Amino acid sequence: MKLVLLHPDDNILIVTAALAPGDTVEIEGQNVTIGKAVDIGHKLARRPLQAGDKVYRYGAPIGSMTQAAQTGEHVHLHNMKSDYIPTHSRDTVEQRNA
Amino acid sequence: MIPAWQRKDGRKGIRNVVAVCYLVECAHHVARRIVDKADRTDVQLIGFPGCYPNSYADKMMKAIAAHPNLGGLVIVSLGCESFNREGLARVAEASGRPVETLVIQEVGGTAATIEAGLAAVSRVRAEADKAERTTMAVDELVIGTICGGSDGTSGITANPAVGRAFDRFVDEGATCIFEETGELVGCEAIMADRAVTPELGRELMASVQKAERYYTIMGFGSFAPGNAEGGLTTQEEKSMGAYSKSGSSPISGIVRPAEIPPSNGLYLLDVVPDGEPRFGFPNISDNAEIVELIACGSHVVLFTTGRGSVVGSAISPVIKICANPDTARRLAADMDVNAGRILDGEATLDAVGTEIYERTLAVAGGEPSVSEALGHQEFILTYKSFEPTGPACLPRARAA
Repeated sequence: MKLVLLHPDDNILIVTAALAPGDTVEIEGQNVTIGKAVDIGHKLARRPLQAGDKVYRYGAPIGSMTQAAQTGEHVHLHNMKSDYIPTHSRDTVEQRNA
Repeated sequence: MIPAWQRKDGRKGIRNVVAVCYLVECAHHVARRIVDKADRTDVQLIGFPGCYPNSYADKMMKAIAAHPNLGGLVIVSLGCESFNREGLARVAEASGRPVETLVIQEVGGTAATIEAGLAAVSRVRAEADKAERTTMAVDELVIGTICGGSDGTSGITANPAVGRAFDRFVDEGATCIFEETGELVGCEAIMADRAVTPELGRELMASVQKAERYYTIMGFGSFAPGNAEGGLTTQEEKSMGAYSKSGSSPISGIVRPAEIPPSNGLYLLDVVPDGEPRFGFPNISDNAEIVELIACGSHVVLFTTGRGSVVGSAISPVIKICANPDTARRLAADMDVNAGRILDGEATLDAVGTEIYERTLAVAGGEPSVSEALGHQEFILTYKSFEPTGPACLPRARAA
């Protein structure tokens, strides 16, 4: 068991042990092969998500998709954003300071 | 019962620390050398670096001078800074603590003040050691909580486990304080439903809206790059995890830094300055908030971490609860409690909650926390500005 569903309304699952490329996980009865490494604490799509969809964790909205994601795809900064305050990575902090 | 020190103002402490306090960066070196040469875990360095006056720092330092874990105070002043050293000494004296003040410009410079300071520490330490011993019950404890270096595991292991411990402490009559309104952005509506009065619910909403506005002007949320590396994508995702530290008890009120909660129960500490941003980021690092929790009377602070923070604090012990099982293995020697066992399937949230509760009582009873044993005594105090707390924030305050 490498994924946990925190709330029945959630459309993402939390990775509870690091996943390597080629690992398979079962999501909603479907076998999904992991394309790239995903570390503990990160999120995978529980079902296909469209740009603009709200992302639910703990049964609460935690932001919106900016791009579509397939079931089992990593959901993170590259395809999701805050509905409140933009998130900064070390790269965007550098760009901002440049 | 917890062994404690009885203070003359009626409060009880779980530690008996002598603090050496510099009142401006110009006195920092001298104060640090005094503490280094004293070389005792119960002689600790605190201070404020600024020369300009700031009512927040003044209030914070006075709250610490009267903190129940403080046994005595040695003040180190350069001499020309604006901090009111007499006012600070009076607060310590009025609450029954031995206090001595050294003014570098009057004592005769660096070496002379270090020497005089060491002698002052010896006298204050000896006086502090005479403080009356007593015992205290769980319902006399004030417990703060903070998360730092959070990741995607924090909100599903360590934070809700602290929430379980907080629920038990509140049930048993203790005072519990959670904080960082900037990390409650997105949770304001569900949090407001837990307020003991509708007016307080509106104040809870307003405190988070203030934080959101402040952080938006700063251009950054309360969110570090490491949070994202650990799987958290947005401020509101981090918030939902942080919020779970508060448990499920009713919320009895909102305090601002250096205000003691007027009753037992669960309190929110509003750490975001009031008014237009004047001095920069609300909390420049986790220890800025730990000092505020302590200034609100926290005897002990529960610190949850996913990425792996190692900090402790001066004045009050910090207990580390690690959320992430991988971090818990890497930084095992820095953690009091491994909540990552929940993800390994080795423990339940309730079991870890009980472990946190028991560890808190053991540390309150005198056992050193891991950060204390490692010698962590971080302390940071910067500029902020706050307005007085309105009556709607404190519905359980006794009528004056």
